[in-house]
Amino acid sequence: MTYTEWLREDRLPHIYCAGCGNGTVINCTLNAVDQMGWKKEETVFVSGIGCSSRAPGYIMTDSLHTTHGRALAFATGIKMASPDLNVVVFTGDGDLAAIGGNHFIHACRRNIDLTVVCMNNQIYGMTGGQGSPTTPMGALSTTTPYGSREPTFDLCELASAAGANFVSRWTSYHVKELTRAIHNGLKTSGFSFIEAAVQCPTNYGRRNKFRQVMDQIEYFKTHAVLQQKADRLREEGKPLPENSIVVGEFVHRNRPAMGVKR
Amino acid sequence: MTRIDFMQGNTACAEGALAAGCRFFGGYPITPSTEVAEHMAVKLPKLGGVFIQMEDEIAGIASVIGASWTGVRSMTATSGPGFSLMMENLGFAVMTETPCVVVNIQRGGPSTGQPTMSAQGDMLQCRFGSHGDYSIIALSPASVQEMYELTIRAFNLADRFRVPVFLMADEIIGHMRERIEIPDSVPREERRLLDKGTLPFHAGSDLVPGFPQFGKGYGVHVTGLTHDERGYPCTTSPSVHEELVKRLVAKVESARDEIADYRVTNPAAEVVFITYGSPARTVEQLIHDHPEAKIGHLRLRLVWPFCEKALGEFPDARVFLVPEQNLGQMAREIERHTSVPVVPLPKLGGALHTPGELEKAMEIWR
Repeated sequence: MTYTEWLREDRLPHIYCAGCGNGTVINCTLNAVDQMGWKKEETVFVSGIGCSSRAPGYIMTDSLHTTHGRALAFATGIKMASPDLNVVVFTGDGDLAAIGGNHFIHACRRNIDLTVVCMNNQIYGMTGGQGSPTTPMGALSTTTPYGSREPTFDLCELASAAGANFVSRWTSYHVKELTRAIHNGLKTSGFSFIEAAVQCPTNYGRRNKFRQVMDQIEYFKTHAVLQQKADRLREEGKPLPENSIVVGEFVHRNRPAMGVKR
Repeated sequence: MTRIDFMQGNTACAEGALAAGCRFFGGYPITPSTEVAEHMAVKLPKLGGVFIQMEDEIAGIASVIGASWTGVRSMTATSGPGFSLMMENLGFAVMTETPCVVVNIQRGGPSTGQPTMSAQGDMLQCRFGSHGDYSIIALSPASVQEMYELTIRAFNLADRFRVPVFLMADEIIGHMRERIEIPDSVPREERRLLDKGTLPFHAGSDLVPGFPQFGKGYGVHVTGLTHDERGYPCTTSPSVHEELVKRLVAKVESARDEIADYRVTNPAAEVVFITYGSPARTVEQLIHDHPEAKIGHLRLRLVWPFCEKALGEFPDARVFLVPEQNLGQMAREIERHTSVPVVPLPKLGGALHTPGELEKAMEIWR
């Protein structure tokens, strides 16, 4: 089987804008799922609301497209009631870190056996470009017209602190690394969190000096700092370069988990 | 053999759920419903079921809906503030046609109100509280026995109609202890699975589609967005939306007479009380104390969809007196269906109506 066999062709064309990074993340995820050898009938995709959350509708498995922010609570019910199902959650920065923040913390704490892939485009894309908890300070959005003045959430630090068994971050530039990270997340028992920084040319890029789609992907490439390098700089007492995106595998552990296949 | 027991209403509700085959409870502690959760926490693990205390009521009902899609009978229990938090996801359950049972042991509101006192202030919220047009089923027990029986019926109705079913009890019934008869076996109506080859949201003459249970190879997409019969989002077609919403309403409303559940006392009466929940107990006391007065009593065990036919059981009625622990929520609905005068007898604060109060209200009409 190949990842293309997981897609519902009768739902095409999809709703994503030209140049959107979400398609890359869906491809990486389906490749990783395919590598697991999972059967479609044993796999469920769950999502909340937003651009990221439309992804399950394009996949040929059972899927639950739920309410804004609550995907992890729905997924918890599915996985606890039927641990034999493989459950993967697609979410975004607004869905997961704003309205769904509390569910995120508690799903990590419970260490429920889910794999969560967060497409972090740093903006509310579907509603037209409002600021989110990951919109960088100074960045422009329709609700931060003078530049965001709020500090951002580091979603990976949040997941690590709250108890997730696997935590990793890559970007839509790092296709192979992202696929490998999701695959490792799927293999890990307990809560796996993979953050993928993605470009949103329509609602983030054009307001923030990324005139072309490739400009933001190039930015990911040049600003990504491997976790090992970031650690080394920290040990040497040197600051990280400005606007660094630290990427890599931050947590891989074996805390007791819930909802694991019996 | 029927077993005789003595227990609290909330415990009887949990026992009824277990007897009905409920194997998933997701919820959040809240007075005066907590004993339902506590009893499920003790019993479910021993029966191979799952009890999970979620981070809030929003997550509680979400987990119940998720569990239900895997084919497991699932429930939650709450009270006013938690009920308010559940509203958005209850609309999701309506839109996605997810069977689930929600127990509301009503307390005094608005807001935090009177956590330990009885009320019936959520009767319209359970019917209309989520946004958009829809219909649901609500039952209202007036005894510990009915906490058991109507919880079982709630699961059967939820599975048959694929709709959230509410057990709208009040604190008095939830915390009251009395005699209960527990039967050997209970009626069970199974959730009908979708025939393979049929579109997942295509309904036949009963307007209820077969259930495409997760993990059975249906490959169904379930969304809270307006969807076509394939389950695919279809959000800008007026006709798809109108047909879907009208079917969701009609599948419940067209069955109102068939599923109606009420008790009639003295049908020839001219003065008739209409009750549900704990005020029924005061009316029963009044009838017991004045057998010669032939006081009429219509006791609703199923409140929503409201059954107009029940009012016809009292052809000589000159007045319907409606004692409620709210400011006349169901009285307003009853008034819509009859030309007979409807008099609300509201009582707030948590105390039951006394027989004396009802007698006084009745005297004016004799």
